[in-house]
Amino acid sequence: MFKFLFKRLLVLVPVFFGVTLVAFGFIRALPGDPIEVLAGERGVSPERHAELMAQLGLDEPLWQQYFSYVGDVLQGDLGTSLITNRPVAEEFFELFPATAELAICAMLFAIILGIPAGIIAAVKRGTLVDQGIMSLSLAGYSMPIFWWGLLLIILFSNTLHLTPVSGRLSFLFEVEHVTGFMLIDSLFSDEEGAFKSALHHLVLPTIVLGTIPLAVIARQTRSAMLEVLSEDYVRTAKAKGLSPLRVIAVHALRNAMITVTTVIGLQVAVLLAGAILTETIFSWPGIGKWIIFSVFSRDYYAVQGGLLLIAGCVMVVNLTVDLLYGLINPRIVH
Amino acid sequence: MTSITATTSYSVRSQQWREFWFYFSVSKTAVAGLVFLIGVVLMAIFADVISPHLPAEQYREFAEIPPAWMEGGQMRFFLGTDYAGRDMLSRIIHGARLSLIAGCIVVLMSASIGILLGLVAGFRGGWLETVIMRIMDTIMAVPGLLMALVLVAVLGPGLLNAMVAIAITYTPSFVRLTRASTLSELNKDYVTASKVAGAGPIRLMFISILPNCMAPLIVQGTLSFSTAILDTAALGFLGMGAQAPLPEWGTLIAENRDLMLSAPWTVTFPGIAILLAVLAINLMGDGLRDALDPKLKRS
Amino acid sequence: MKKTLLALSLGLGLAVSGAAQAKTLVFCSEGSPEGFNPSLYSAGTTFDASSQTIFNRLVQFEAGSTKVVPGLAESWTASADGLEYTFNLRKGVKYHTTKDFTPTRDFNADDILFTFNRMWKEDHPYHDVSGGDYKYFGWMSMGDLLKSIEKVDDYTVKFTLNYAEAPFVSNMAMDFASVLSAEYGDELAASGNKEDIDHKPVGTGPFVFKSYQKDAMIRYTAHDEYWAGRSNIDKLVFAITTDANVRYQKLKAGECHVMPYPNPADVAAMEKDPDINLLRQEGLNVGYLAFNTEKPPFDQKLVRQALNMAINKQSILDVVFKGAGAIAKNPIPPTIWSYNDDVKDYDYDPEKAKAMLAEAGVSGLKTNIWAMPVQRPYNPNARRMAELIQADWAKVGVEAEIVTFEWGEYLKRSKNGEHDTVLLGWTGDNGDPDNFMYVLLGCDAAKDGGNRARWCNEEFDSTLRQAKQITDQAERTTLYEKAQVIFKEEAPWVTIAHSVVFKPVRKEVTGFKVHPLGSHIFYDGVDLK
Repeated sequence: MFKFLFKRLLVLVPVFFGVTLVAFGFIRALPGDPIEVLAGERGVSPERHAELMAQLGLDEPLWQQYFSYVGDVLQGDLGTSLITNRPVAEEFFELFPATAELAICAMLFAIILGIPAGIIAAVKRGTLVDQGIMSLSLAGYSMPIFWWGLLLIILFSNTLHLTPVSGRLSFLFEVEHVTGFMLIDSLFSDEEGAFKSALHHLVLPTIVLGTIPLAVIARQTRSAMLEVLSEDYVRTAKAKGLSPLRVIAVHALRNAMITVTTVIGLQVAVLLAGAILTETIFSWPGIGKWIIFSVFSRDYYAVQGGLLLIAGCVMVVNLTVDLLYGLINPRIVH
Repeated sequence: MTSITATTSYSVRSQQWREFWFYFSVSKTAVAGLVFLIGVVLMAIFADVISPHLPAEQYREFAEIPPAWMEGGQMRFFLGTDYAGRDMLSRIIHGARLSLIAGCIVVLMSASIGILLGLVAGFRGGWLETVIMRIMDTIMAVPGLLMALVLVAVLGPGLLNAMVAIAITYTPSFVRLTRASTLSELNKDYVTASKVAGAGPIRLMFISILPNCMAPLIVQGTLSFSTAILDTAALGFLGMGAQAPLPEWGTLIAENRDLMLSAPWTVTFPGIAILLAVLAINLMGDGLRDALDPKLKRS
Repeated sequence: MKKTLLALSLGLGLAVSGAAQAKTLVFCSEGSPEGFNPSLYSAGTTFDASSQTIFNRLVQFEAGSTKVVPGLAESWTASADGLEYTFNLRKGVKYHTTKDFTPTRDFNADDILFTFNRMWKEDHPYHDVSGGDYKYFGWMSMGDLLKSIEKVDDYTVKFTLNYAEAPFVSNMAMDFASVLSAEYGDELAASGNKEDIDHKPVGTGPFVFKSYQKDAMIRYTAHDEYWAGRSNIDKLVFAITTDANVRYQKLKAGECHVMPYPNPADVAAMEKDPDINLLRQEGLNVGYLAFNTEKPPFDQKLVRQALNMAINKQSILDVVFKGAGAIAKNPIPPTIWSYNDDVKDYDYDPEKAKAMLAEAGVSGLKTNIWAMPVQRPYNPNARRMAELIQADWAKVGVEAEIVTFEWGEYLKRSKNGEHDTVLLGWTGDNGDPDNFMYVLLGCDAAKDGGNRARWCNEEFDSTLRQAKQITDQAERTTLYEKAQVIFKEEAPWVTIAHSVVFKPVRKEVTGFKVHPLGSHIFYDGVDLK
């Protein structure tokens, strides 16, 4: 087990350097000039421009910039945002809980609805119910989520007035940010109704971000269940007169666990990509929106740091999933 | 499958094809998807003939006309018009062309590069394999859309650049798939046989091994085709893909987004077009997978 | 579930209108502030969140106008040669007490010196803090202009200039000149947290900064000891909402009281909404298409005039501005003094344009139109505008390709003159005509690229230079009026539009005024019913 872990970590090293190179290289290759963007219509004099370039270290040779960058990263310094003059890591971790909260809720939503849907479809294979669930999940899988979000806003927020339009919490409540997770912070605050408000604000973004994982989980659960149902021991159990429900329940659980871990592993990247669109639509103050803003405003250091940290998250989650996999499914030997 | 050697004869091919069609046509939804997709393709090809107006023609006196069945709608502009009085139906029909082409090119680019790299990695092994696979790991460590976004930022916004960027993010899955299949094929008898017979590495790779890894690649290709359309639209929506006045579907939603409340049809229909096209491809993809995957075939 | 949700949303709606205990005003601002020191930044969003709430300046713009009125200075005098300005400071002005700072003294001349020397003197201990790039201080050429700043006594400060610059007092009212606390600065320097001066601001303004959650919310409370009287609003909240659609949704739902920058497309609906007051005012800006007069055939006046005539401005106004704009004929907006209403614009006349192009010997012209990638009040959708101009020019036989770059690239390349024609605009800083015409059309600007037309006209330029030296507004007005006539005849630009700024405000809010310089001010008589 430890040997496996060590081996996996070793593989991550070149990937880490790859990502720093990608982040560094691509951002430097960007056309446009951050100093010009910051100056806007008013412009900046050539002398001042040169001065600022020197101040930001952008006038050094590229390789030198890269090495000092990697050196800084290894010391935990991801640079300073060009726009706000604050450390990139600080900005990232301030916004990260919002994205994490949304992603976790979306995943829970997908799991809670997706697993039963998949099991029901498998048990009722070939019936209208099965076809209905599968068609819906395929439609969910085919959904352009940026459009889906707009549609839900038009319907639920604008026409039916059931949900708030955007944000994480009503302005009426002053909740101190302890964990950064609004649900937790609001639950432990003295503000009455804050938790409800936080929950309320989560509904639409959760649905939008959870749609694709929901579809994937339902489909995968179904096919995993079909495999189980056709296996010999299930048939034997049935022949022995054991209640098929019991057999399904026991095996369904294990299979569901495996499916969920696999899907979580596969979907982190998808979820983070989806967060970019979802957060843009719902003005959700998370890292997806932040990184889009940074890309558009040529905030070199913010994009670099953001890419690296997001890649780091993906790598960590994948590693964890690999390990969990071994725990749940002893048949897989590392 | 393993019995099919490099010298596949015509009759075997046609029999294979018939078998495939047999399994494919079992699924009515898959056939429906295929039929719908053919419809979209025809629509795209004959866009100039079918669409009632030119996609960029501005009827400024008819700006923001609702669809024909709504109050104030006109049959001339069946799905309504946008801010400059351009016919939504014509723009969506022409948009089909852009979205399908984008999907195709992305799949062709990523598949050809991915298959090549995957074959080389699987066949050669050693340091070359390590380098290729680590590069792919790197690409996969960054969420696809984010990677594409950053790439487009480098290359400059535009449909072509968006396609290149998306293709790059899709390459790793083709590389991994091809490499895995290559590795499993390498030890099989027919490969050994042709090696003994003196086949060169190129011949081995492309004529012996590749045809036998095609099934999963075709399924992956279909999947990529539908996600490529979605991702192109997403980039268009973020303003980094096709640029107005090109009527790419995602761009249509983006450019009309400020009309979301006052003229919802300008946002609704392009979205429905994306959803239906992608759904059709996915339905077809499901059918393809069932027909090509021998394991599921039996169950 | 449905019922509770409904009840909850109703509850929220009621809470907004009936918050009797503490009056909370929510402003759906359009973005996160870059920081909380206005001298370091340039975005209006930042100014709204800092200079207009937390800080004061020596002199200030009167709410709803560009008139300069006393602020931290009770009065000021200028010497006859226009080189010396003496400010008499207000007594008894209290700084904010925050979690981290408790002031022990009132505002005095040391604070003025601290504020300006930080921006001006490179050896000032705070100069390099937070990047040390003082944007507007540089743009307004304050470094070249200032000769000395002296503390005459605790409540008198004298500014000496290197040359006479008529707009100087207006400059002192600009956001960048917001006055910090020297005492707070010293305290932070002692504890080694200099950066905090820009992140945990302390000022003298009507609102005290309380907390900031990036991309989500900024909170303020009323400054109890504000020198001009405590504000009617007890709590001020900026709910950061970047999307205009969403802002409108929130306004309708009662989740906020005031929103900036509505979608032009939504304005008609807002006008009908019984819960919303739609305030409007012509913005202090101009959107234009500049011809690169260095490139043929745009070096010919006749061609520039012809292409002016070929554009249907009314149609642009209808489609792009949705009526939220007014056709521009001069390079300055009508809200600025010296606006010359006698200037006659080129009428839309494609036939005549064609004839003039033929006369100039231009046929089959292929050119480009650069369209900005960003949204600005003076041009809410450059892409759309470019498409319309493209179609209009096609009718007179000019084939134009639409070009766009990422914003920084766009500015840089157009500054270098790579364009044929370029869409851009300008928003005024201090309400002085010099701030439009000299900056955008002077010969100096043609050299450094700020003049996108790269147009340098001897007569025009000398008129502007002359006007800079005089402090008498009537004399200056005559000169600027003359300059506008020359400008129109030479046609280096197609002046397209001045935006009309709309501010949808909920009915509960009283006393809110639209500020011509674009700031949002929640003091000066703003109250909640």
